[in-house]
This record gives sequence, structure tokens and C-alpha cells, in this order.
Amino acid sequence: MASYERHEHDVLVIGAGGAGLRAAIEASAAGVSVGVVCKSLLGKAHTVMAEGGVAAALSNVDDRDSWRVHFADTMRGGQYMNNPRMAELHAREAPERVRELESWGALFDRTKDGRILQRNFGGHKYPRLAHVGDRTGLEIIRTLQDHGIHQGIHFYMENTVVTLLKDGDRVVGAFGYDRERGRFHLFEAKAVVLATGGVGRAFRVTSNSWEYTGDGHALAYHAGATLLDMEFVQFHPTGMVWPPSVRGILVTEGVRGEGGVLKNSKGRRFMFDDIPENYRSQTADNEEEGWRYTQGDKNAKRPPELLTRDHVARCIMREIREGRGSPHGGVFLDIAWIKERVPHGAEHIKRKLPAMYHQFKQLANIDITEEPMEIGPTTHYMMGGVRVDAETQMSNVPGLFAAGECAAGLHGANRLGGNSLSDLLVFGKRAGEFAARFAKDHGAGRVNQDQVEEAAAGAIEPLNREGGESPYALQHELQQFMQDLVGIVRKQDELEEALGRIHSLQRRAGGVSAPGNREYNAGWHTALDLKNLLAVSEAIARAAAERKESRGAHFRDDFPAKDATLGAFNIAVTQAPDGGMRIERVPVVAQSAEQQQIIEEMK
Amino acid sequence: MSQATFRIWRGTREQGAFVDYATEVSAGMVVLDAVHQIQSEQAHDLAVRWNCKAGKCGSCSAEINGMPKLMCMTRLDQIAIDQPVTVEPMKAFPLIRDLVTDVSWNYRVKEGISQFRASKPGPDGVWRMKQSDVDRVQEFRKCIECFLCQDVCHVLRDHHMHAEFIGPRFLVYTAALEMNPMDAGDRLAELKNKHGVGLCNITKCCTKVCPEGITITDNAIIPLKERVVDRFFDPLGKLFRIFGPREQE
Repeated sequence: MASYERHEHDVLVIGAGGAGLRAAIEASAAGVSVGVVCKSLLGKAHTVMAEGGVAAALSNVDDRDSWRVHFADTMRGGQYMNNPRMAELHAREAPERVRELESWGALFDRTKDGRILQRNFGGHKYPRLAHVGDRTGLEIIRTLQDHGIHQGIHFYMENTVVTLLKDGDRVVGAFGYDRERGRFHLFEAKAVVLATGGVGRAFRVTSNSWEYTGDGHALAYHAGATLLDMEFVQFHPTGMVWPPSVRGILVTEGVRGEGGVLKNSKGRRFMFDDIPENYRSQTADNEEEGWRYTQGDKNAKRPPELLTRDHVARCIMREIREGRGSPHGGVFLDIAWIKERVPHGAEHIKRKLPAMYHQFKQLANIDITEEPMEIGPTTHYMMGGVRVDAETQMSNVPGLFAAGECAAGLHGANRLGGNSLSDLLVFGKRAGEFAARFAKDHGAGRVNQDQVEEAAAGAIEPLNREGGESPYALQHELQQFMQDLVGIVRKQDELEEALGRIHSLQRRAGGVSAPGNREYNAGWHTALDLKNLLAVSEAIARAAAERKESRGAHFRDDFPAKDATLGAFNIAVTQAPDGGMRIERVPVVAQSAEQQQIIEEMK
Repeated sequence: MSQATFRIWRGTREQGAFVDYATEVSAGMVVLDAVHQIQSEQAHDLAVRWNCKAGKCGSCSAEINGMPKLMCMTRLDQIAIDQPVTVEPMKAFPLIRDLVTDVSWNYRVKEGISQFRASKPGPDGVWRMKQSDVDRVQEFRKCIECFLCQDVCHVLRDHHMHAEFIGPRFLVYTAALEMNPMDAGDRLAELKNKHGVGLCNITKCCTKVCPEGITITDNAIIPLKERVVDRFFDPLGKLFRIFGPREQE
């Protein structure tokens, strides 16, 4: 029999980024006992990397803004593949969630009259992002952490969950291990909230850290939950490209919000060459107008650099592929030019973008106040995830909730910058609230001992196996072909090739070896993460093969146009009874009459 | 491509030793890249803590050639690689294994500091603050909790006074709360009695190693010391507080 430590909570939250912390705080406030399991130390989750800001229609900078405009912007950005109810709740509740953070000690940048300052961002009609320079994510996670530690929540740091435990249909807990000693832990809970973030480690070039191996997606899938929109992976247009070791590290959209422009090797601002029809009326006619927009001129329209991320990323890819890229395979992002327009320009740039200045200076030896940056697309964010109820965030598995990046619905086919931090707060709170309610309404379930034994035995295998392949080698192989075959530009034959290679890796993953013992053994952890990475990679490739059109973040070279028939469906992924992966089309959630009217008005 | 040798500490609390690993190095690499390369090619079970690899999360703190640094922000072209580069864990905390230390003490210390308490907002429910007042606190809130300042502080590192002294990180944290224009809390008594603000003798080692460039000693610790002195050790001020007009709550 496996030995393990047993812990009992009403609500178990898996993940301690913005969504997990916000869920835990809310559940705890409802008076239930809450445990939070997180893969890293507290305060290190990916929320810390968010730079630009949190989108909320506070209307502090432009009083024409309202939740209705934010809702319409989010739907347009998502190509109407979003769950409209989630987009509405998000737009309505984000301002309150931001003000609440302030009451917990967050200090945002201020307007001249002392209120929370807001900045422009891609796809947002008005300046909407509350921010702290370019380190907004740090401010948010630290505020939630520093508030959360006083709420009676129990934190299990550096713990990884390997499986969810079920009693019939219902989720009743989770089983995992701690990094420090490699001991097993059984967490019994009446409700479980997944807040595990994204899947970026499935790709070679990514802004995501080692943790983002699709754990929540895969745990939910294996527990019987439906995944949705897995073909929609966001490639952020601006990641660092040089030096090689920093390839993929994020360069905030805030650079473009502050007036930064994209240029190819010919010095041309190529973003003016391709403006999509549905954004034409909102886009600047010339460079001068674009500049005025970034400086707060309410009568000016936004420069094309601030079009949605999917579009900007594809334009950059086109320039690179057609031979107009920068020396290291990117394009140029120039903020230094604004010195022509702004007094004390270099100081201004350093004050507005301190982290970017620091990052390029230290990692690339580049002074962004003097020379342009070289940037290119990087895997950034997963729009797809666990299909949840808009109000409660519960999945189709009773007792299993999901919030933040690992949940689907809010962002549709493409996420707007700034809508992630607000997503975490709005739906983290909701998940915590309804998970607590579920826990109060239901007694404890029964943990199936056989399931625990099986999980423990499976987890230990790589340590006991000798002479098998290296888990690192398998992970690198997967990342390389996912990048090449399931990346920004996709084709049927390449997707099928990827699926073949995923299946072969799934077989080989059962034979990897992790030398050493159970204490803080990264090789062992990498071996255990492979199962999740492979499951989400398969879901992404299958959904991408099913969507034979180009929409939002999903671009098919063999089907470059939108297809209205396919646009009426989201693609759902479930595990079939035989263990295989099942793909289905499900109708996009219908818009209410009021929602339709708002969208029409804002067109 | 050239080769460099990394002399990495391998071992646990009980026993350990430096092990030399030679690995290929290329343009722009940082120490963390080299450690990862060694981990994936030669030492699969090498324990190292990291997350963002961009100097934003503060996970990969270590001592490189004896200097407390973030591995992800230390470029190989900024250190001598013609001789072995030593990489070892932080010294002020118990070792777990290899490069990973048990930093949980820091989390317990933070829980012992009185939390933020919001003052009343304006009549319209909005807190109004000048950017210039916020700037001062934002400097402290840049902290990424890498704990390098704790590692280098001799009160903790050499004198092991973890029970009496919260260390520079948490003096910065306290300063951020005390100087927050919205905060209504008062932490001067705990600073003096529980948190050992007087133990800092201003050698500024913490400021020197801060990867975020926070002016820890001058901007955070010294003002806190002054506030504590004004409150508890200034006889005129004491009389004034006893007999002077009452402060508004």
C-alpha cells in the first residue's frame, strides 16, 4: 500500500496565480476550510509576468467607456466565438474587482486627479488598463498573496497534483506529491477549483515557465470534463528573439501602447499594409493620427500596431517569411523614435517601461531608448480550456470548477491584452464563491482507494525504471514539432503528422527513466508532466485539424478564409469510454437580444 | 561555441560537495541556461528552483562565484568563464538539495507583520492619491521576493538571528505598508519590539545585491528607524504626545 499524508478541506484550489488566490480568498470568506496546492512557491506563478495591465471599464481616463463597450470589444476580439454571458459578467464585474484590490493595498499608477490611471491596449476602444508601470501582474499577485495569507487558507507550496479523485461522477479530491521530499499527499475535498494556467510548455518558443504543462486541462479531461476551443492558442506578437537563450520572453504590448512602432528591415511600418475590414473604422489613417492616439487624443483612432494579437502576430510572420525580417529572425519594435516627440524622451521611456528597459539592457545589451528591439511571435496564452458554466464556473463534472487560463469561454478565438488579469479576478472570485456553496450543500464523498493506489504506483514508475529514455529528450522533441507543425500557421498534412508523432511519444512516455531519488528531482517531475503535455498537445492538434477555416488565433494555410458554418460551432474535446479522444462540434452559446443590440451599436 | 566549467554544489543538508560540469556555452547565455543544459544532458536530478527566467519571479536565487545573484539575469559574458564558475545555494537558509534552499521562514515572517488596513476612501468612495506619493511606495513594491537581501544580511547569514530579526526584505515590506497613503495601520511598536529594526547596522549589503535596484537601506530601513526613534526614544516627543492635542484616529 502506498504511504501518503492525508489532508482534508471543504474546497481545494489547485494553482496559486491570480485566479487560484482570488478563488481561495472568496471561498475562505464564505466560511469554509480552504487548501491551496501550488507547483511553485507562493507568489511565483505566471501572473507575476503580466505586464501591461488589468482591463476594467472604470472610465477614469475616458468617460465614454462602459461595461457595454468592454463587452463588445471582448466579443469582437474573440471573433464572436466567446461565451457571451461570460463576456458580459466579465465586463460588468471587472471594475469592482479592481477597486477591491485597491482596498487590499494594491497601488496603481494615478491620473492627475489622483484616481487609477488607465492605458491604451490592443483591441480596447478606450484607455482601459489599470496598471503599475509594466509590472501590473506582480502588483496583483502580491496584493492577493499578502491579503490571502491572513485569511486562514492553508497553502501547500511546491506540491503537484497528478490526478483528481472521483466518487461516481463527482470529484472528491486530488492526489499529488511534494517536490521537497517526493512524499505523496491525498487531498480530500468537497469541491475542487482548477486554476492551473496554460499550456505554453508544449511549444519550443514560449513566454511560459516550466510549470505550464496543461495540468488543469489534462486533469479535468481525464476526470471526464469537456475541453473547449483547444485550437485557439495565442501567439503573442512580441517576444524577444535574441540572444537565443531568451527567445520567447515577453515584450509587453504596453511598448506599442506608449507609441512603439513595428518596422521591417526596409524600415517600413508594415502594419499599415493590412488592416482587417472589421477594424478599419477604428484604425488610424496615418502615422500622425496613430501617434496622437497613443498620447491620449480622444479624436484620434488607434495605430495598426494595436490591432488584435492574432493579426499582428501573423503580419510579423509574413514579413519574416517574405525575407523582410531582422538579422535574428524577427522584426523591429522601435520605442526610441518617440524621443523626437517627447521632451526628455529617454527618461520618459524608462519611467513608462522600466521592466522592459531593464530586461533588454541586462539580457540583450540593448538600450531601448537608443535602438529598436528585435521581436517575434511567442506562445503566450491558451484561450481553450475546461468548459464551464458562465455563472458558477463549474464544469460538467459535479464539484469540479475551473477559472482563469485553464477555463474556456471568455476569450473565444482570441484574447485581448489586459483581459486575462481581469478574467482571473472576476472568475476566480466566482469559482471560489460557488465552490464554497457546493461544498456546503454536499457532504464529503468517498475516496476510491484503488484509484489512489494506481496513481501512486504510476507516479513512482519512472524512478524505478532503468535504461529508459530521458524525459527531457521527449519533452524537447514534442516542443520542437509542436512549434513546427501546430504553430501559428497550420496545414492538414502537418497536423496529421503531428498527431502521429504525439501517439508515438505517448507510447514512449511510458518507458522513460528518471535517475536519482524522490527529493527535488526535476527529471522525475519532467517525466510526470509529460502525460499532461501530451494530452493537451493532442487536443490542440485534433481541434486544429477539425477547424478547417482561419479564425482568430487559429490560422490554416490550406483554409485561409473564415467559414460561416464552422463559425457557429465551438469544438469540444472529451475522453471517450474506450480512452480515446473524441472531437465534437457544439453550437456557440447564443447571444441575448440585449447583447446582440450592444454588439450592433458598437460595430 | 566554446566550453565552460560550472562547479555546482551537489548534496543535501547532511552531506555534499562541488561537482564540475563542462558544457557548451553560446552568445547571450545566462547561468540558468548553463544549469538547465547540465540538468538535461548530464545531471537529470539536479535540483534548481526557477520559474520566469526573466528576472520577474525571484525564484532562481543562488551564489555565483560567491556573489548572491539571480541565475536568470547573470550573463556569462559578465563573469569570467575561463576558470570554473561556482554556483552554490544561498547560505542564510537551510539547504534542501543542490541549489534549492528552504525559504519557508520568510513566508512565516510575513504572516507575523500586521497586514494592510485600508483608510476611509473619499466621500465618493474613491481613494485619491498623488503619483508622487505613490512613487515612493511603488519602489518597494517592485520587490520580487528573491530573498537575496536576506541571504547577504550578516544578522541572518552570520549571526542566525532569524528569531529576532525580520531582515531587509520585510523591513522593505513594512516600509511599503507604513508609507502607503491608504494604509491606516501602525507597525512601529512591532518593528521595535518583535521585528528587530534596531539590529540592522546599515552596512547596505542588501541594497548592493537587490536585483530590482531598490534602495533598501536609505529609502526603507533608515526612515523606519527614524520613525521608531521619534516615537519611542525622543523625550520631548513623548511629552508632547502625553500632554499635546490628541491625534485624530
